[in-house]
Amino acid sequence: MNEMLLEVNHLQTHFYTENGVVKAVNDVSFAIREGETVCIVGESGCGKSITALSLMQLIPENGKVEAGEIHFAGQDLLRLSKKDIRRLRGNEIGMIFQEPMTSLNPVFTIGEQMIEPLQEHLLLSKKDAYKKAMALITMLGIPNAEKIVNLYPHELSGGMLQRIMIAIALSCNPKLIIADEPTTALDVTIQAQILDMLREIKQEFNTSILLITHDLGVVAEMADYVVVMYAGKVVEEGPVLELFANPQHPYTKGLLKAKPVIGERKDRLYTIAGQVPNLVDLQEACYFADRCEHAMDICRMKQPALTTMANGQKAACWLYEEGENR
Amino acid sequence: MKQYVLQRFLQMIVILFGTSFIIFFLFAMLPGDYIDSNINLTPQRAQELKALYGLDKPVLERYFSWLGNALHGDFGYSLKHQEKVTSLLNKYVWNSFFVAIFALLLTWSIALVTGVFSAIKQYSWFDGFVTFFVFAAMSFPSFFISLLFIKWFGVDLQILPIGGMIDTGSDSTGLAYLFEVGKHMILPVIILTLLSIGSLTRYFRTGMLEVIRQDYIRTARAKGLKERVVIFKHALKNAMLPAITLLAFELPGLFSGAIIMEQIFNWPGVGRIQLESVSFRDYPVLMAFTMFLSCLTIIGNFLADVIYAAVDPRIRLK
Repeated sequence: MNEMLLEVNHLQTHFYTENGVVKAVNDVSFAIREGETVCIVGESGCGKSITALSLMQLIPENGKVEAGEIHFAGQDLLRLSKKDIRRLRGNEIGMIFQEPMTSLNPVFTIGEQMIEPLQEHLLLSKKDAYKKAMALITMLGIPNAEKIVNLYPHELSGGMLQRIMIAIALSCNPKLIIADEPTTALDVTIQAQILDMLREIKQEFNTSILLITHDLGVVAEMADYVVVMYAGKVVEEGPVLELFANPQHPYTKGLLKAKPVIGERKDRLYTIAGQVPNLVDLQEACYFADRCEHAMDICRMKQPALTTMANGQKAACWLYEEGENR
Repeated sequence: MKQYVLQRFLQMIVILFGTSFIIFFLFAMLPGDYIDSNINLTPQRAQELKALYGLDKPVLERYFSWLGNALHGDFGYSLKHQEKVTSLLNKYVWNSFFVAIFALLLTWSIALVTGVFSAIKQYSWFDGFVTFFVFAAMSFPSFFISLLFIKWFGVDLQILPIGGMIDTGSDSTGLAYLFEVGKHMILPVIILTLLSIGSLTRYFRTGMLEVIRQDYIRTARAKGLKERVVIFKHALKNAMLPAITLLAFELPGLFSGAIIMEQIFNWPGVGRIQLESVSFRDYPVLMAFTMFLSCLTIIGNFLADVIYAAVDPRIRLK
């Protein structure tokens, strides 16, 4: 077993809005080992992106990490000063965002934006930084690196820009790359190329990857370990093969059932009835109870805890709670 | 890029001719003229004078003879001042210009700094204070605030002169002259700054607020850049883009004079000449001055387009 790189314990991130407190990340724990790819899956608004941003402490101003610990390479990120966090960002943790078209500054060239972290963290001279930037561009399979560095973001396609974003995230040899829905805005062929690229990087540099996605196809292709989130909470987690073969939580089962399968023709794909609950002022209950076909009385009164199954998988559901009556 | 500039330049020249045509006709259409307003003239004498000044000819002919002269730099004689229009304007326009340029520099630098800081510290006490102050400054009528300042600084404290450009009967030269004018300029500059700072501060604040919510600002932070670099390099350059247009439109304002301020402070600026020429129907002055300001507006527009293209790569290539 590789060593633990990142351990998140009982993370709580709240947003203070006009309608009340939104518990976007509610008691989330997970861990990433060196060289491992962990996927966080869930519907829109389940708190997966905010979990990622909380690690980098880049959450919007009306939000706050209220409690929890984030251990990264031996230090608690939540206790670090702003300056130390800044030194970590882009250096030991690289981040890739969902929208490559808007993630780069439109008024600076690709080169100018690529050399910034290199000069900031690796203290390279401008000339060396440009050399390294061009090497990175070439490494990511983009021809004409000398030309690319002088172009502006609007002159490149979305797929190209996402590669540039990956190059920036990679540039200081980070231990962890956080990819927040890196392929959502791209078309399918480019998606596959980007995912291949991330996999190669992982193998070559033994980088850990935290991949946030709502696409189970991406999960199946990339993940070593999967964390399923619902309404700010982890409802199930486990190694990818186990989880796909043997999902425990009714929500995970629903998600897998809703996935289209090649070779099978259906008029309508399966959907989980109902909607994601409003995250403002949730009462003590299993948040999935209203949409769950197995819902019992206890589901509406108490929150189930994450319990470990015999095969090492974990699920938070009263169906599997020992000693409780079904 | 070269082609773009050339194209815009040619457009500008066409627009200038169009503007001169419209301005001339609008003034020609106004009922009455300088000679009509003088009730002491006999109809016969008035007719003679009109013939002398060419006012009896058809409008189109007058326009072309005016245009022909104007292209040679001859804008005619002021009827009221009996002086060449160009030398008349040249005498007063700079007095207005120096007050305006100092007010502009002051306004823009203060508005830029306060706007940016109140945006990055949105809803803080600093933001609240700035918002209150700029709105208060903007809301006072200029004559009231001018008179108030004259009372405080000129009459009560007696540290600043109450009006004019130089001390009465002063014949100082060189540095002493500059110092004297400078002292007389302080209050007018402050008044003009106070009046225009509000909208500009709010403008910068809004622009900055919009930019710091963009994805690329989050990317810049995720790269581990210093907050200073994120705000003053990545955010500010984007927030400043729309301001270029605004700055270009200040160009005519630099030379147009400030009528109320000049009246109250007895400042020998061009605003007063302008007001006089309207009430006396002094068409040559009015025509030349309006044309001058239109030119500056159009040139300002042209400069804005060229600078914008130079700064924003997305426009440059189209």
